[in-house]
This record gives sequence, structure tokens and C-alpha cells, in this order.
Amino acid sequence: MINKKVNNVHEALEGVKDGMTFMLGGFGLCGIPENAIAELVKIGVKDVTCISNNAGVDDFGLGLLLQNRQIKKMISSYVGENDEFERQMLSGELEVELTPQGTLAEKCRAAQAGFPAFYTPAGYGTEVAEGKETREFDGKMYVLEPAFKADFAFVKAWKGDAAGNLIFKGTSRNFNPNMCGAATITVAEVEELVPVGELDPNQIHIPGIFVQRIFQGEKYEKRIEQRTVRQRS
Amino acid sequence: MLDKNGIAKRIAKEVKNGYYVNLGIGIPTLVANFVRDDIEVEFQSENGVLGMGPFPFDGEEDADIINAGKQTITTMPGASFFDSAMSFSMIRGKHVHLTILGAMEVAENGDIANWKIPGKMVKGMGGAMDLVASADNIIVAMMHTNKAGESKLLKRCSLPLTGVGCVTKIVTNLAVLEIKDNKFYLLERAPGVSVEEIQAATEGTLIVEGDIPEMEI
Repeated sequence: MINKKVNNVHEALEGVKDGMTFMLGGFGLCGIPENAIAELVKIGVKDVTCISNNAGVDDFGLGLLLQNRQIKKMISSYVGENDEFERQMLSGELEVELTPQGTLAEKCRAAQAGFPAFYTPAGYGTEVAEGKETREFDGKMYVLEPAFKADFAFVKAWKGDAAGNLIFKGTSRNFNPNMCGAATITVAEVEELVPVGELDPNQIHIPGIFVQRIFQGEKYEKRIEQRTVRQRS
Repeated sequence: MLDKNGIAKRIAKEVKNGYYVNLGIGIPTLVANFVRDDIEVEFQSENGVLGMGPFPFDGEEDADIINAGKQTITTMPGASFFDSAMSFSMIRGKHVHLTILGAMEVAENGDIANWKIPGKMVKGMGGAMDLVASADNIIVAMMHTNKAGESKLLKRCSLPLTGVGCVTKIVTNLAVLEIKDNKFYLLERAPGVSVEEIQAATEGTLIVEGDIPEMEI
């Protein structure tokens, strides 16, 4: 077993510098690497590019880095529900590259899998495809999209072990598995770090080879953005 | 004239036995409430769940189980979770049979705009560009006119596009329409709405052939 375990979030983020590009898992606030984000706020790293489907909300998730003006550029598919994001974007303070959600996921997966680029039909004929190479296959038009390049990927899993193996829960899985191994260094934080051998190899979603550092996360808030319930009749 | 639930109810009739269906945010989400309970349908949410169920009972909500609108949900027996790349493999790979989504504008050539108003509002496209570029069967659910009373069924979209030549069917508060040969074909009228009213609310070319029946809801 190759040991990937580090003692805390501080050790996990060693080497993080101004101007770097980060990938961060999560959909809305579901499955975000809460500990890594809190540490990025604490370190005060500046001028970073963040690849993340959303940018959190005003007072949580990546919204915290936005409030601190730590982010130079966001690469996301959806920025609704975040007033500060929309304000910084419309005023031009923040550079934003809006990317179709499936393309965003595949640009991560391509980086993980060693593909330099891929063709997708998403965005053909729209401003997303402006300046990009297009090509026809079987009578349909496609846009060439390059894989992402990132320095760190910060992901959050439900369970993991010191070998770096990960298991995700529910829809908190989202972009997290696609970002593992898609950056130079992948840092995984988990709700439960279990002894090696305890996870059933049949049930592992991400093998440890895609993870460089793993640590036991703390104090997960797991905020719900839209608590929606039905009444018992 | 239909309200939002009425539009959802009419669209629910388009959902057939054995369909995997992706529902967008807003009116499309309501469609799930009106699907016949004697057919088997699975709802896909692009954030990574197939087999979505109703909202949870108060106190049973789970922060790790949400839909694409970030609402807490439940799952049905036989449901599955997966990552975002696999979710869009289902969509791009045409494994999802029906996509229902909202729009700000639809043009007579099938173009759709629903993600940006330059200088004013930018929410982002989310999964909409992937959905409209891939799906063969897209139904747009929307009001026939905007808040200023202007038609949303246009000759050409004025807003930045989400996809080109992809919309085939539209259900509004006034009518059911089909797009063919760069024209809107009127198929059904909403209860109590005349062909003249629909014509007046449609900027694009509207083709009316024979008697147009009133919707059955």
C-alpha cells in the first residue's frame, strides 16, 4: 500500500501558491471540499483560477474566496444564486469563462484520462464556440474543447482510506470523481478516513492511484441551499 | 389560458411509458406531478441521479441528495447515483428520451435562448447547452409572451443562443406548437383561447391548418 495520508488540511495544501489553477468538486454546496476552501481563505492565496461548476453562495463555499477577492478567474457553468459573483462578473472585476456543464465535466475527465481535447455538440453555433475549431461528423457539427490543466484538484468524498481509495455518497459525488487525477496534485478530504482493508474493493468509486493526498475532514456543515419538503398527509 | 401547472399538465401527456426524462428548472419540474401513475418513467437530474422521487418529508431531508435546482429530493426504488461526466454521457449519448426545459426566446428555425441577457443578467447555461445540442426530443415549456407582453416566439432570437435548430415542440399558456421547415405550426389551443389571440402573440411565422382543436388536459 502506498500511503497518501497527511495529518491535516494544512499539510494537504502544502505548495499552494498565488496565481495557480484549482479544480474544486461540488454542485452548488453539495459535495464541496469545505476544509480545503476554509484553508485557502486562511492562507490568503491570491489571483487564482478556480474550475468549479458553481461558486458557492455569498457566505459559504467559493463565495468566501470571492468576498476576499482571491479569485482572478472562474470557470463555471452556472453562477445563479450568488449575488457577489454576478456583481463582480458584470463589473468586470472577475474574469469568467462560462462553460456548458457536460463540457466542464468532460474537460476534467479528459485531463484525468490523458486526452488533450474532444469534440462535443454542446455550444455549437453559440458564443461558447466562438474562435474554436469545429468539425462535422455524420452530418452534425461539433466543437473541439481542450482538456483542463490545473495545479491542484480539491475533492470531497464520503469515505476513504490511506491508499487514497474513495467512495462518494448520493449526489455529492458530482464532479469530484472527474477531478481526481485531473490536476498535478489531487487532494481528497473525507468524512470518514477508515483503516486500509476496510473498504470493499468492489465498491470503490475512485482508486487511490488518482489521489496524491488524503485527510480526515472536520466540522462539515453540509449546508442545504433549497430545503424543499412535503407535508405528511 | 393555462397557468404554470396547466402547461406542466399538458406536457405530462407527452411522457410515454419507458421514457427516461430530464426536467429543467421551473415549469418543467412541475411535470413530474402530473405524469400518469400507470406508466413507468424515470427522471434524470444532471447533477447525478436517475430515478428521482418526490421531495422528502419534513425532517428527512439529506444534504447529499439534491436535484439540479439544488432542492432536497428522495429517490425511487431502482434509482442510481453517478458522476457528472457519466450524467452527460446519458444526455450527449442520447440515452435520455425526452428533455423538457424553459426558454426566454424560441425562433421559428428552432433556435433557443435561455441563459443570458447581455449587461443585465447572467446565470450561466448550466447543462442546457449539452441538453439541447444532443436531445432529439425537446419540449420547451414557457409563457407565450414576456412580462412586457412581447412575443417569445420569434423570427430570430435576439438574445445569445443556447442551441441552434434544436427545438421541435413548444407548450405555452396559449398553445401547443410544432417547429417544421422554419415555421411554427399551431397544433392545439389552450382552453378559451382563440387562434387570433395566438396569432397576435406570435411574432414568428405561424401556420394554421384547418380547425385547431382545444387542448385536452
